[in-house]
This record gives sequence, structure tokens and C-alpha cells, in this order.
Amino acid sequence: MPPTPSSVSATSPTLLDTRFKVETPEGIDLILRPAGVIPRALAFGIDLLIRGALLGALYAVLALFGQFGMGLATILMFLLTWWYMVLFEVLNQGRSPGKQVMGLRVIHDDGTPIGWAASLTRNLLRFVDMLPFGYTLGIISSLRHPAFKRLGDIAAGTLVVYRDEAPSAAVLPEAEALRAPFTMNLNEQRARSALLNAAKTCPARAVWNWRAFSLNPCTSPPNRLNNRSTASPVAF
Amino acid sequence: MKQSLFEQQHQADWQGFALQLDALERGKADSQQTQTFAAAYRHLCQHLALAQSRGYSSHLIERLQHLAMRGHQQFYRHRSPIGGQLLGFILAGFPRLVRAEWRFVLAACLLFFGSLLLMGALVYHFPDLVYAVMSPDRVAEMEHMYDPDARRIGRFSERDSGDDWMMFGYYIMNNIGIAFQTFASGLLFGLGSLFFLLFNGLMIGAVAGHLTQIGYGETFWSFVIGHGSFELTAIALAGAAGLKLDWALLVPGRWPRSEALRIAAASSVRLIGGVTVFLLLAAFIEAYWSSMTLASANVKYIVGAALWLLVLAYLLLAGRGDHAPD
Repeated sequence: MPPTPSSVSATSPTLLDTRFKVETPEGIDLILRPAGVIPRALAFGIDLLIRGALLGALYAVLALFGQFGMGLATILMFLLTWWYMVLFEVLNQGRSPGKQVMGLRVIHDDGTPIGWAASLTRNLLRFVDMLPFGYTLGIISSLRHPAFKRLGDIAAGTLVVYRDEAPSAAVLPEAEALRAPFTMNLNEQRARSALLNAAKTCPARAVWNWRAFSLNPCTSPPNRLNNRSTASPVAF
Repeated sequence: MKQSLFEQQHQADWQGFALQLDALERGKADSQQTQTFAAAYRHLCQHLALAQSRGYSSHLIERLQHLAMRGHQQFYRHRSPIGGQLLGFILAGFPRLVRAEWRFVLAACLLFFGSLLLMGALVYHFPDLVYAVMSPDRVAEMEHMYDPDARRIGRFSERDSGDDWMMFGYYIMNNIGIAFQTFASGLLFGLGSLFFLLFNGLMIGAVAGHLTQIGYGETFWSFVIGHGSFELTAIALAGAAGLKLDWALLVPGRWPRSEALRIAAASSVRLIGGVTVFLLLAAFIEAYWSSMTLASANVKYIVGAALWLLVLAYLLLAGRGDHAPD
């Protein structure tokens, strides 16, 4: 049961950005924001540096212990190569250190936290994503997938998303409320507040939302009087 | 209901829920507190749905959504005792899985052991054929390794006990890496798994045939028979897991390819879990038992045969009973 990326009900306008909606058994929609190639590549780069530094330090120390040390170093290298990501993802709420820095996390694509099987799958199949050189297959796969999944993510059913920070409490300006010149129905109110929100965070997205609002006939109501009961006057 | 009234009524609930979440996320929640968590989570979801349908401002909805998201992450956490699960898997789950996937296991075994035996027989009867798959330097190195005059046998003939530990690490790194690659490259429409199975089969077969033919048979066979039981079976099983991935891509049946791949990967990754355990055992045997020169060749043959029987019996018989540990 893969959650479809655009299971959008009639009440909310179609999302034009990359947000990914998952309906939970409790009947609410979780909104996830899949991360694209660049932040993920940076996160991987950070992890690579950390692993390189760790290995260098380990070899320097364990070389003092002769052959026993070299055996131990080989085993640790094996752990770092194949299990570093798995251990961090499962035990640290889907975040390897690189992902932590970049504000990302891995989850199952139904929104639940990642488990051992899925994490092992996606990290073993990383070997194929890296082929033939420099993550070529992985990059092609994630560029053409609506939720930016590389091959390992598709097989494991996982998703790399941004961690959402807690929204800051709204600060309303101290001003006298004005009555709008005309009554807006629910969809119009939503479009307006979505537009204002988007304009605050991302001007480009605001333009797109505005186009969706003005081009989509469903969101511009034919008769405003129909919705009088839900349309309370809004305070601008 | 006006939004301000709604907020006023439920503000305390939300703050309480946020505190519970904080405790859970830091892993410091006590069991008394968490008893009310499920109810509080459902309550919050209801508030969120209400707020959305009533068209309250996005500040409130975002805040509730954030809480619901965090609650969801905690509520659906996978919290299973990994130790007990692992034990149940080794005692019963893994052999059951191998039997359930017998088609892929059979195909991989035929490919791997078939190419191994065929190449071994060919090289034994046509000695020059070994140079078709290996360079002369490599052949000389192999001959040196299994020279009957060497004191200790194995990858480095002049080994002492410190080497055993080093080789243990080397075998883990090398063999498990190969198994993982054999599995993962199944994603390349099976070509990768086929390549690794046949490549390893041909190489091992060529070495075995060549060494037997030049009369180093006893050192070679007594060395490999012990750990070979676990190691060769594990490589074949890793190939089976890879072939399963490949089959899901080539013949997805009624599923979309991505979905078929996901279903196949869920069971083949469990196979790989078992393969990892097998290879750890093999590395241990190879480093500490196979390289020992104290035991005579005959003892090694007997122990090796017993190990092969053990592996076969484990894969065929373990976990069949009704009361098998789960």
C-alpha cells in the first residue's frame, strides 16, 4: 500500500510543490517535504569526511598493536563501510551525522520511523546507486522520481525528508481589525492565507500558488452567496 | 466556534502533549506518563482535523500538524527486542525463509556450484585452462600458499597466532563485502548477481582443479572443507537474494515494478541477514580452525564433512516443528 504522492481531497487545492502527503490511520494528513539531490549529496559528503577521519585515527592508533590491531582495524573498517549508516539511521531517529547537520531524516514512506530491514536494504543497495561512478544511477533515479528516491529508497520503501522545525508562534500586529470589502468563502480564505504564508517563506512559491488559485476554476467560486454560513468576515 | 475560544479550551492539552513528546523523544518517559499517550495523540489528531475543516488560521494548523507529526513518529516507533528477534530468526526464521525461496536458492546453487564443479573438472583434465581465468603470477601465488612443505597453510604461509586474528578481520571484510555486492547487484536486472556467482564459481573451481592436479590436493582440500560449508553456501544464498530482486524487476506480475521490488527486497534482505551470520561463522572457522596444522588431514576431513552435514540439516530441517521458537 504505497501512499500516493498526490492523494489530495477536494477541499484543498492541488499542491504544486514537492510536498508529499501521507494519510494516517487517525484520518489526518502528514505533510512531508522530501529532500532533493543537493542536500543529500552534501549530507553524504559530511558522513564520508567523518568516516575518513575516524578510519585515519583508528589506523594510526591500532597500528601500534601490530597484527592484532590490524585485524581489529579491518573489522572496524568493515563496520564503518557497511553499518555506519544503518546503525545511525535506526538508533538515532533516522539521522546520520551528515543528515543531522543538513536537517534531514530518513523515514518509511508511510511516515513511520525507519526500522532495521528497510535501513539495511537502502544502504546495501547504495552499492548499485554508486555505479558506474559517482552515484550516477542514484542521481538519475532521484531526479526523475517525484519524491527524489534513489534505487535503494525505492526498494526499501524509504524517504529522505526535511526535519520540520517547530513553527514559531504567530505575532499579530496591534491594529484594529478591518472588515473585508466582500465576503470570502473558505477556499478563498485558504488561498489568501496560503499565499501570504508562502510569500513570507518563499516568494517563488507564492507566485506558483497564486497561479494555481487564479487558474483553477474550482477555487474561484461561481456564487459567493452559497457559502455564507462558513464565510465569516476575516480580519485583515 | 471561534478560533480563539477553541485555542483557549485546548491550549492546556496541547502543552501537556508537547511535554510528553519531549520526554519520549529524549527516551526519558516513565511508564505512568505514557499510558495516556495514545489517547492524547488521538485527541490531538481530532483537534487538527477540526481545525482544518473549520478553516482556522494556518498558524494554529501548522502548530497542530507539527505536534501530530511528532506524535506519529513516537506512536509508530519500532520498538522490538532485537536480541530475541535475532535468536528466533537464527533458530527458525532463516531456514524457513530459505525453504520458502527454494526456487531462487536452487537456481543460485546450480549456477554457483555448477560452474565451480564444471570448471574444476575441466582444469583437472586440461591443466592449461587455468591460465584462461587467472594470470600466471596469481597461479604461482596460489601454489605457494598451498605448498605441502609449508608449516602453516592459508593466505600467508608464515603465519603465527597474531596472524589468525588479522586474517579473521580480513575474511570478514572481504567475504561479507562480496556477499553484499552479489546481493545488491541483483538490482541490475540480475546481471550483477549472475556475474558474481559465475565469477566466483569459475575462480574457485579453477584453483581447486589446478591444485588437485599438481598434487597439492591434500593441503588444499583439508584447508577449505571446514569453512567452505558455511562460506560457499552463504555466497550461493546471497546470489539467491540478488536473483529474487532481479526476478521482481523482470517479472513483476500484477504489481508496478517499484512495488514488486519493494516486496522482494523485504524478504531478500532477511536472507542477507542470515548470510552475514553464516559468513561470520565461516571467517571464524577459517581463521582459527582451517589454518591449524596440529590436526591431521583426516581429522579435518571428518570435521569438514560434519560441518557440511550440519549446514544442510540446519537449512532443511530447522524450524519445521509447530513449537519452533519464534
